[in-house]
Amino acid sequence: MSDPKDQKVDITVDFSGGLEILFSNQKHHALSVPAQDSEGKPANVGFLIKYLCQTLMTDPRADLFVLGDELRPGILCLINECDWELEEEDAYVLQPGDNILFISTLHGG
Amino acid sequence: MNSGETSSSQNGSNSSVPRDTSCPLTEEELDRYSRQMIVPGMGKEAQLRLLNAKVLIIGAGGLGCPAAQYLAGAGIGTIGLVDGDVVERSNLHRQVGHSTSRIGQPKVSSLMTHLKGLNPLPNYVAHECHITPLNAADLVAPYDLILDCTDNPATRYLISDVCVLLEKPLVSAASVQTSGQIIVLNCPPTPQGQLEGGPYPPCYRCCFKKPPPANAQLSCGEAGILGPVVGLMGVAQAGEAIKILASALHASPSKKGTPRHPVEPTLLLYSYSLTSFLSPFTFRALKMAPRKKNCFACGEGSQARLTLEGLKRGEPDYEFFCGGLGSGPGQGVLSAEERISPREFVETVQQHGKEEGKGKYVVLDTREKEHFSFGSIEGAVNVPFGKLLSKAAQMKRSGETPEVEDILPPEVKIEDSGGDENVPIYVVCRRGLDSQEAVEKLKEMGLDRGGKRKIVDIAGGMKAWKEQVDPSFPYL
Ligand SMILES: [Zn+2]
Repeated sequence: MSDPKDQKVDITVDFSGGLEILFSNQKHHALSVPAQDSEGKPANVGFLIKYLCQTLMTDPRADLFVLGDELRPGILCLINECDWELEEEDAYVLQPGDNILFISTLHGG
Repeated sequence: MNSGETSSSQNGSNSSVPRDTSCPLTEEELDRYSRQMIVPGMGKEAQLRLLNAKVLIIGAGGLGCPAAQYLAGAGIGTIGLVDGDVVERSNLHRQVGHSTSRIGQPKVSSLMTHLKGLNPLPNYVAHECHITPLNAADLVAPYDLILDCTDNPATRYLISDVCVLLEKPLVSAASVQTSGQIIVLNCPPTPQGQLEGGPYPPCYRCCFKKPPPANAQLSCGEAGILGPVVGLMGVAQAGEAIKILASALHASPSKKGTPRHPVEPTLLLYSYSLTSFLSPFTFRALKMAPRKKNCFACGEGSQARLTLEGLKRGEPDYEFFCGGLGSGPGQGVLSAEERISPREFVETVQQHGKEEGKGKYVVLDTREKEHFSFGSIEGAVNVPFGKLLSKAAQMKRSGETPEVEDILPPEVKIEDSGGDENVPIYVVCRRGLDSQEAVEKLKEMGLDRGGKRKIVDIAGGMKAWKEQVDPSFPYL
């Protein structure tokens, strides 16, 4: 049996609307993320956001993605194509195969 | 008037056969709209609804042009157009309802000329102005359905709020660079503050509670836009509008406890890539939440927060909420010694450099490579702003004290400068904002060697360069 600390959950993360420039200009990412946070709680979307800042973000302008500990205003998070407000927002616990999409809202025309 | 269908004459063959003359469509209309009227689900009733409908298109640009074309073609009875801008040459790759011969004309009259050529039958109403909190309610009130084809967050929130107050369905779309979004809001229209018996449709604020900070807002002028991307969104807006009007969704307000239609708010996302074919990520239909209890505009107690009278008094303050409209050059952060005007740069630095030989200074151009590809200051090295920041962060983490070479692309070599290692660095960007931040960043990295090396911002960027030094410079 492997140590629960080493367990991973496989998910896909997508960025759109310009956010991809912060993540090596790649829109689609297949990731294996820790199944637990540092306190041993199941990894949720809130944990994922911090994890993405620490491990996947290549551009240091983190304030274009988070403000404080929260997603910055103007970014929508969709869990399996549904607004995260239909789930439990950042408390939603990641499940294998989940797709998490971050989109920046657009205003041009 | 008898609008019921009669079938008594169908098999008649003699000339005096009674005929249903209740069809109020003219010969021309029957001919002009025939191909859309025979589509399953359309028919006479739906076409009559279109002919009696009034649609307001706010913004006669990249979204408004294609949307207006299809609405005019479909025979919408009254089409109002709102825009206070004039046609510019740089609009024409996407704003296809204008023309080269109409550059300089107001967009509203230019687009109207185009629409009348396509279909002279609708009643076109010109509103040659921008929408503001003062005129918004008067503009919106006479219409059945509103299309938000504008280009900035402040007007988007304003238009949505007015649509909530006046109970109008809103088709909202936006686009920048290679992405587009469209969503139908407040449809069927539901009284402000009504929550009981829901779910009810969301407004713009339900979906997008707060605007992004000003530094994260991309405009088409600054960030660019591909014509077909924004065009597709505009066409989709016309499609949604025709759907709503033909099926009379706009005229069936949700009465308390009886949402007549299932509420399925959907955000359609179009994300286009210049380097890949259609992929599963190109079109995505995202499920959004319904009207929110805590929404400022349409939620619980919203009648006390958002009113037509309040709008005219300047409440809420849209400009403030959205961090100011537009993005003119901001306040400088550098001192006078850290800045040089383009003219001064040419007269002192460049001339001096030529006399003394090469390698006496470095010009760092922090624009995106697409901008750089059209031209730059002689000898300039391109390190896009984002890349520069990434490199700076990387070095900070590793704790190294960098050399100039470390921030330059590997193929760039600074020629031997005769023992003078403190070659000054001049930083230039597009309009003079990023470059100031870059100067600060480079100093923070220790590249100024405690003041021994000059690191200077070329004030006003390549925009000022074009104005002061080289009028033929291809500034984009
Ligand atoms: Zn709302």
